[in-house]
Amino acid sequence: MAPFELDDDQRALRATVRDFAGEAFSEAEVRRLMAGPSGLERPVWERMATELGLQGLMVPEQHGGAGAGFVELAIVIEELGRRLAPAPFLSTALATLAITGADAPDDAIGEHLAAIAEGRRVAAVAVAEDDGRWDADGVRCAASTVDGGSRIDGAKSYVADGLIADLLVVAARGEDGPGLYLVEADAPGLTRSALEVFDPTRRLARLELQAVPALRLSGPEGVDRFLDRARVAVAAEQVGGADLALSMAVEYAKERVQFGRPIGSFQAIKHMCADAYVDVESARSAAYYGAWAIDEGSPELTTVAPLAKAFCSETFVEVAMTNMQVHGGISFTYEHPAHLYFRRARSGAQLWGSPQSQRDLLATRIGL
Amino acid sequence: MDAVTTTDGTTEAQVRAEVRAWLAEHWQGGSAGPQWRVALIESGWAAPTWPVEWFGRGLHRSLRRVIAEEFAAVGARVPALDVTQLYANTILAHGTDEQKRRFIRPLLVGEARGCLLYSEPGAGSDLAALQTRAERDGDAWRVTGQKVWTSGALEATHGLLIARTDWDVPKHRGLTFFWLPMQQPGVEVRPIHQVTGGSEFNEVFLTDAVVPDDHRLGEVNDGWRVLQTALGFERVIMGSGAAKPDKRRDRTPEEQARAARQSPWTRKVGGADYVELAKTSGKADDPVARQEIARLFTLEKVNEWNTLRARAEARGGGSSPLSSIGKLAMSRIVHTGVRVTTNLIGTESVLDADSSPVAGEINRSAFAAFVTSIGGGTDQIQRNIIGERVLGLPREPEVDRDVPFRDVRKAGPARRPV
Repeated sequence: MAPFELDDDQRALRATVRDFAGEAFSEAEVRRLMAGPSGLERPVWERMATELGLQGLMVPEQHGGAGAGFVELAIVIEELGRRLAPAPFLSTALATLAITGADAPDDAIGEHLAAIAEGRRVAAVAVAEDDGRWDADGVRCAASTVDGGSRIDGAKSYVADGLIADLLVVAARGEDGPGLYLVEADAPGLTRSALEVFDPTRRLARLELQAVPALRLSGPEGVDRFLDRARVAVAAEQVGGADLALSMAVEYAKERVQFGRPIGSFQAIKHMCADAYVDVESARSAAYYGAWAIDEGSPELTTVAPLAKAFCSETFVEVAMTNMQVHGGISFTYEHPAHLYFRRARSGAQLWGSPQSQRDLLATRIGL
Repeated sequence: MDAVTTTDGTTEAQVRAEVRAWLAEHWQGGSAGPQWRVALIESGWAAPTWPVEWFGRGLHRSLRRVIAEEFAAVGARVPALDVTQLYANTILAHGTDEQKRRFIRPLLVGEARGCLLYSEPGAGSDLAALQTRAERDGDAWRVTGQKVWTSGALEATHGLLIARTDWDVPKHRGLTFFWLPMQQPGVEVRPIHQVTGGSEFNEVFLTDAVVPDDHRLGEVNDGWRVLQTALGFERVIMGSGAAKPDKRRDRTPEEQARAARQSPWTRKVGGADYVELAKTSGKADDPVARQEIARLFTLEKVNEWNTLRARAEARGGGSSPLSSIGKLAMSRIVHTGVRVTTNLIGTESVLDADSSPVAGEINRSAFAAFVTSIGGGTDQIQRNIIGERVLGLPREPEVDRDVPFRDVRKAGPARRPV
């Protein structure tokens, strides 16, 4: 298919997930989950898997999934992103990508994938360490070979949903360089602690690993391949958040009256919204072009992925700020949802690679 | 794909066979002379979506592709005048049968050439505030005023003119549209000396210029509506040109390869290749330059993808609101391109072409960028359009909306310092 062409199934998927997310992750629900111990509630998680088949989208059919494409995944992530869904979907989807892209034999990973598809397990990915780098070169955790298996030593940080995950994909440095390894949450030698976070819709954890037994998933090539996919996935989430923040701003600009007329009739407000619209639509194009490039196996992905991550990150931050500015004083109250989008935008911009780091990577990849 | 049938029952296969047969009979190959042009116009293949009685074949626009393919197969150029001929399209939409008979054919065969007489020194963004007056004089109208930013005025035989015919109604309601003969004593064309050094645009001074009443397009005082149609055709032309790759045939393979490497920015305003420039100016490792270049590259790419997406959405049915953001996005690209490349060459940018060809190029593009951000609706007007038509935000209250134009505060004549 040509880029940006959606078929009926993809449109139906969007409509279904939008309806589901609007109900399961209404503002009231999101606030309730924010106040609770985690963003995960098992009954909702199981519904997502069994009724909607979301966790199994990227799981190959022989392991009980749908074997769908990245465009489908981007649609789901975007729709959940619109509602700031605190459920660990993005984390689990990224871990699923790492596991399905593994060199490891089917019998070693098949059971894990089936459990993810059925909603029985939550998974997360640990790339960054205490210095907050998201590139393969920054990986310091050590993977060693013991008795034919792997053992990991070191520490990981900024692990989204790391505290509640049943499975963890961990980036560690083996003899051939950085690689991805699968660790079970109850493995000996693994200690997890919660981090206090600015964005309570996405919980982060720190991991300490001492000779933790692990299954090697892939080597250096697999890490780069995975990181580009992760960048596009996160970009799709940011498109969803940015889109909703913009519609909040526009709706308010139509309703709010000052000086005897709706504030949206003032060009100072109107032009902010118009600029935000151009950015949001451009961000959407970037994220979905990336998803298309992944599905097509296009070499363009190496430039699209960091480009999309940087652009969608900054767009979401800017639009979340525009939304607060358009709302004026009311946006400064905890009860108003504008700050939730601002929080999510700021956290997402840094996780998986800051806009600056992604632009520098892009510069390298276009020949500088 | 030959199974597609249009609403009137004409299949792709039928059309393909008809074009092929016609080309076999008429196309002589090589350079197409005036005879070919006339035959093509009369065949209807030059404007296939127009009615059969008016130089067309009454076909659905989805069949254009088939015609283009067949013409390309024999190496003939398909003119698609139903897209590109803004003047004929406007006359076809609003002219009387008599006007269509008289005015369209000369335009198609190249005997008549048009220009646009819209903007005035006192009416740019607010075009409806124009003050050129047309007064009834028997079977004709006498036109006095000044038009500006008219390209092709020196070569034009006629101008699409909008002028005020009633000063006692609000500004949009007192305007009338004409097809003004340009070759007459009352019409004086003065080329504008532009900041770029060129003179693509002109001022047109109208002093008691005569336009017969049978050259009026649409009803008296209904010119604003006619104008909207004409502007719509213009947008289609600009939009289709924007995304099209340059397929000029007179290029050497080297030139083609170079064009393929050019970024949208350099294609638009002719600026320098910024990746190469960063290397030659020793700034490839400079962290600030790398950030700026990545940003520029990003703006270019997202605009390209927006265009692709707009097309995909249009294929899916209906028009895409994305088509309204391209011009604003391009404006940001070209001005960003100028800033980035100027930073790359630094002090050298104070030089001009003889001392530094690259500075000459960048400085020329610095001015050319304003053609995008001012011409055809300023960035600020584009933001109003997006805000109001796409996002549905309320219009700014207009103090002159329901006031007779006679009583409206108007822009004085803009004069350049002498």
